[in-house]
Amino acid sequence: MADPTVAPLLVAGGTVLDADGSRRADVRIGGDGRIAEVGPDLDADGAQVLDATGCLVAPGLVDLHTHLRQPGKEEAETIETGSRCAALGGYTAVVAMPNTTPTMDSAAVIREVQELGRAALCAVVPSGAITVGRAGEQLSPMAELAELGVTIFTDDGTGVQDDRLMRRALEYASGLGVTLAQHCEVTSLSEGSCMHEGEWSSRLGLPGQPAEAEELMVMRDIALARLTGARVHLQHLSTAGSVALVRAAKAEGLPVTAEATTHHFTLTDACVASYDPVFKVHPPLRTDADVAAVRSGLADGTIDAIATDHAPHTTEEKERPFDAAPPGMLGLETALALALTELTGPDADPRLDVAEVLALLSWRPAAIAGIDDRHGGPVVPGRPANLCVVDADATWTVDRERTASRSRNTPYAGRTLRGRVRHTIYEGTPTVIDGDATR
Amino acid sequence: MRHLLGIDDLGRDGIDEVMALTDSFVEVSRRAIPKVPTLRGRTVAWLFYEDSTRTRLSFETAARRLSADTMNFSVGSSSVKKGESLRDTAQTIQAMGVDAIVVRHASAGVPWQLTRWLDCSVVNAGDGWHEHPTQALLDCYTLRHHLGSLEGRHIAIVGDVKHSRVAGSDVRAFAALGAKVTLVAPPTLLPASLAGWPVEVSHDLDAVLPEADVAYVLRMQLERQHEALVPSLREYTRTYGLTVDRARRLRPDALVMHPGPMNRGIEIAAEVAESSQAVIREQVSNGVAVRMAVLFLLLGSGRPDAHATADPVPTEVPLHG
Repeated sequence: MADPTVAPLLVAGGTVLDADGSRRADVRIGGDGRIAEVGPDLDADGAQVLDATGCLVAPGLVDLHTHLRQPGKEEAETIETGSRCAALGGYTAVVAMPNTTPTMDSAAVIREVQELGRAALCAVVPSGAITVGRAGEQLSPMAELAELGVTIFTDDGTGVQDDRLMRRALEYASGLGVTLAQHCEVTSLSEGSCMHEGEWSSRLGLPGQPAEAEELMVMRDIALARLTGARVHLQHLSTAGSVALVRAAKAEGLPVTAEATTHHFTLTDACVASYDPVFKVHPPLRTDADVAAVRSGLADGTIDAIATDHAPHTTEEKERPFDAAPPGMLGLETALALALTELTGPDADPRLDVAEVLALLSWRPAAIAGIDDRHGGPVVPGRPANLCVVDADATWTVDRERTASRSRNTPYAGRTLRGRVRHTIYEGTPTVIDGDATR
Repeated sequence: MRHLLGIDDLGRDGIDEVMALTDSFVEVSRRAIPKVPTLRGRTVAWLFYEDSTRTRLSFETAARRLSADTMNFSVGSSSVKKGESLRDTAQTIQAMGVDAIVVRHASAGVPWQLTRWLDCSVVNAGDGWHEHPTQALLDCYTLRHHLGSLEGRHIAIVGDVKHSRVAGSDVRAFAALGAKVTLVAPPTLLPASLAGWPVEVSHDLDAVLPEADVAYVLRMQLERQHEALVPSLREYTRTYGLTVDRARRLRPDALVMHPGPMNRGIEIAAEVAESSQAVIREQVSNGVAVRMAVLFLLLGSGRPDAHATADPVPTEVPLHG
């Protein structure tokens, strides 16, 4: 959390956009890091003025799915560098995945991440592992971790394979008021794979993972949500079948939420034709039909949130042969622009409006993460000042060398995108001013 | 042509060009002293991350018959065992002044990755389950020798297509030359999708054999038995093996091919492999001439001198003493 006493700010000239709609208004932020006043043409009154002319002033973005690599893989990313990426992308909070070394399955590791997070440029919300060591055998001390403030548990990177254990995890979690998030993948079907199984894997001679490896676990977890009544959040859905299953579950009224990543609605398995491991992700890039289904799911509310699955890897790791390289790509700095470019552009089908995109990136994920008391809320007096100021029409070209990450594995280098973060404000303190990180 | 990565790089015209050059090198190979000075001063390096006997020997023989110098990089006793990356290894070899690297790797796509980091020519000598283009070229050459044109000919490729780099290149090459290709295998040994593959599929070898000009038998990869791809080798032989009885269904002029090494008694009976219809040894001997043609195309007269134009050694490349 930021310093409780911060310099007063005035975000001037912008259009406020939150879950309640849009209106032309300036935003004054007080020395307590909270929004003091919202209204047209406010006086600076000695406050630092951040120009928001032509921009949207929105609640800061919230990422449900970030890999910060610390502890254990600091050569790829640290909490500090990852949080700088987040700030540059308009985020004020990220949920850090637990597949660190050691795993975030104990109070000691959670405390370490929380301690490191205090100096970060955004809120770092540690998730806990569902099972010890993410090994899928023994439940982690969820109650102890929940007491430390952990609200989301996941074994991300692998799904919980054992049906009975997942049932018990859901039952136990429901008593704690926390959410279980699942990486949906039946590993007996996906073992050895490195891309989507289909036309391209056959052409390229690479072992493929069928869509059913994901869909079977989505199906099982929906059934377990029905059985236990517990909340399930399905991570990085990538197939048309998964979207259809979640749509049906929601129609049934089950407590199921879902996220999709930016790369699963902007890239397809055809990208792998270059054998460049920058396109290797987990779950893998899928087909045109899957991309269309994910977009439809985002448009009709089946998918609740856009996540990044920001997964930094060093250049050396990403220069291995495709099947041996680790999966994952950077995402925090490009997610908002990709969503605006691909989902609100003139060729988008279906076409979303900017408010819908911000809902997917800010207030809905904040609610799923259980941090909507501080993030993603309406821009009104009294709320913590976690904001992003976005020029939705500005274009920019992704430059791999200019990322704040310690890694370089973005597949979007050279792409011109629309939508640029001008300022980000975290707990009343600017972390990004005019597109540059303040520290 | 700068590299030979896959058959699609060549297309029909490129395959024809290799075939025409191969004729010349077959003639060279028949001489009392089968050696020409064509690539004198050129250096070809072998970067084999996977065991290979015939392909490496074939390339080495081809290079020596063209008077090229050769550099053999044995992965088993190299810095790769110490964890050196693919890029560092390849760039280190290039820095010693090679004109071409012939690479074999268990991972599909490695030859394509190397071209992003190297200035010298790259020749794919087999990548994962993907391609083995010089094998396909020698297969085409062997077939043309016996059949003339492949236009309209029916070639049955039998066995483990899914994991076969030979099949990957053969399908592309045979189709480019106008042949009709039928894949004969259980669904577990076929690629997950055949969209875009110019092939027909059958699960009935007995029905296909009488129609075929060629039965191309693939090696059964015994190491895959634990994957439950077929119930047992016995059942595989019963249903897809080119047994003596089954081979009788072939027309008398039909050819039998195999890329080697053979599992006699499993995918092919020893008697069939030794029969007059089998051209398996001819495939091997044609391999040398085909690889001479490929190296000549890449490095022969008029081709740029890779080390004359190469960038200085990048500072990040570790040089091993």
